Amino acid sequence: MRFRTLFASTAIAAVATIASPALAQDGPVRACLITKTDINPFFVKMKEGATAKAAELGVELSTYAGKIDGDHETQVQAVESCIAAGAKGILITASDTKAITEVTQQARDKGLLVIALDTPLEPIDAADATFATDNFKAGELIGQWAKGTLGDAAADAKIALLDLSPSAPSVDVLRDQGFLKGFGVDIKDPNQIGDEEDPRIVGHDVTSGNEEGGRTAMENLLQKDPDINVVYTINEPSAAGAYEALRSFGKEKDVLIVSVDGGCPGVKNVEEGVIGATSQQYPLDMAAKGIEAIAAFAKDGTVPKPTEGLDFFDTGVNLVTDKPVDGVPSISVEEGTDRCWG
Amino acid sequence: MSESRNKPADYETAVAGSDGAVAAFQHRARGPLDTVQHFLHGSPTMVPIIVLLISVAVFGMVSNNFFSAFNLSLIMQQVAIVGILAAAQSLVILTAGIDLSVAAVMVMVSVIMGRLSIDYGLPVPLSIAIGLIVGALTGLLNGILVTKVRLPPFITTLGTWNVFLALNYYLSNRETIRSQTLDAEAPLLKLFGERFNVGGAVLTWGVVLMIVIFAVLWYVLNRTAWGRHVYAIGDDKEAAELAGIRTDRTLVSVYVLAGVIAAIAAWASIGRVGSVSPTSFFEANLESITAVVIGGISLFGGRGSILGPMIGALIVGVFNSGLRLAGVDVLWQVFATGWLIILAVAIDQWIRKVSA
Repeated sequence: MRFRTLFASTAIAAVATIASPALAQDGPVRACLITKTDINPFFVKMKEGATAKAAELGVELSTYAGKIDGDHETQVQAVESCIAAGAKGILITASDTKAITEVTQQARDKGLLVIALDTPLEPIDAADATFATDNFKAGELIGQWAKGTLGDAAADAKIALLDLSPSAPSVDVLRDQGFLKGFGVDIKDPNQIGDEEDPRIVGHDVTSGNEEGGRTAMENLLQKDPDINVVYTINEPSAAGAYEALRSFGKEKDVLIVSVDGGCPGVKNVEEGVIGATSQQYPLDMAAKGIEAIAAFAKDGTVPKPTEGLDFFDTGVNLVTDKPVDGVPSISVEEGTDRCWG
Repeated sequence: MSESRNKPADYETAVAGSDGAVAAFQHRARGPLDTVQHFLHGSPTMVPIIVLLISVAVFGMVSNNFFSAFNLSLIMQQVAIVGILAAAQSLVILTAGIDLSVAAVMVMVSVIMGRLSIDYGLPVPLSIAIGLIVGALTGLLNGILVTKVRLPPFITTLGTWNVFLALNYYLSNRETIRSQTLDAEAPLLKLFGERFNVGGAVLTWGVVLMIVIFAVLWYVLNRTAWGRHVYAIGDDKEAAELAGIRTDRTLVSVYVLAGVIAAIAAWASIGRVGSVSPTSFFEANLESITAVVIGGISLFGGRGSILGPMIGALIVGVFNSGLRLAGVDVLWQVFATGWLIILAVAIDQWIRKVSA
């Protein structure tokens, strides 16, 4: 691995030396989009949004992706390639939010605009700007909706939380804690999953964000307490898996599943009553706005500003459900279908 | 010394006073531990069985709800897919190889079965048959690369793992086929997820399938010439070749069979997961190897019982379920699995000292 990095950086240095005279020339603005993988529909949509906007604005776009979620090294190489290619800006969804900052700092030192998409870097100001869903709010919305839907029964609900992974990345923590806060649980430390003492919580388990993991996790929690009636899920594939488990226990009618993402299969599951409500995020907008920001930066050096009161630019989130609850803003399944991805 | 020089020169007389027994491994027990060591050496499934029984007993005491027929059968449902993959993996590991591609083959074949049935409207049995053929072909490719091109199995299957993974994403169009669609249009694909009750236990046909596969493999490996050849190749390939075994042909057949079993696992996995997703079972390669190692099959080949990996998969399942029911943070499941692997190989090494 070390050899590969060495080789890559040598190659990049060589390319950079040859290419450096070209950097000074006035060509089209170059931009890079680096996603975690190119197999997740969420990132496929992101790429679509960036490509369309880049074509519209005459920006030359290069896209890169890690091989699997967590593939940090490929992302580092991609940033290095973008620097070498003389890009004006980089849009990145980092696999390793702490470690990537070293190479993004190099990019910023060379005058590139670095925008984190979807996943904030750590610290968040390691990027010039962050365009993301307010994941805490996304969780809060489904929490409020679940509480409102249960009504008085919320006071003695039995809650299962299906999280992402044992390493609890920021998105995992934000959605989980947002949901609990929305449901009215005292979350203690908002940066810590599982430190709550509310007796309504049956337990947490991890899903890896896919159907198989969702099913196993749900089975395990049902074993702990078969009376679970509220299920929070990190995303819609894990919600689909949880539903399979509930169905095998004959409990699919008695349980409220809520989720986050707003992918087309997930929204369809809301329509069919598999999922009660989901918080929809907008990857296409994230990427399109990111390309606009790079174009503006190339023109006159404008750096995008965060949404007021937040430390990032909020690309919006909407609760999708056909059973709205008073006081919780939501959009219909029909509108959710129009705006879904994947 | 001087005595032997004085013996008469003719053979009959010389032989008369010597030991008449045929050559044999002699075992002189030097203590109870030594006896245990020899017992375990003679019956390779005993270590995993003992570990399984102890862990069931311990978790039964510390975790609520653990010790019920329902929970124990649920654990079997949860390990069935990795168990079947471990059966495929064991065959290859018995030949002193390793197959890093089994899980990728499984996921790719499940996508092929799903897409052919749903998007191309093929009759489901035909899609399943095509899936099984694809599984066999992946094994044939691995086998030819190992025997004819003479690549080490690790390298071969590391390569084909990537190839099959990429094809999986390509063929699936990176999309998931939803459970509801399968229910409506191709319920046969979910056959192995169907449940039935035995007393308080709830089993799926996937669990039955796993047990049948292991039973058949046990028979084939222990009662047929082919099975003995597989062990012989794993123990010492050159010696096997000198003994007249057509090693290349046997090796190819092992990889093909592993591919077919992975394809059968693909069918079973659709029932388990519900939907057909290109991102399922990402860690199943390592999980299958984990089950094989904990099950007492030696990574150096030629040693261990085929039944071990099924028990190995169950041990991991019991630990995960027990720790979860006890309310322990999931990271300790990963921690426990790590120590189980180390413990299993350490015991294997200790037992091997018998024959050293």
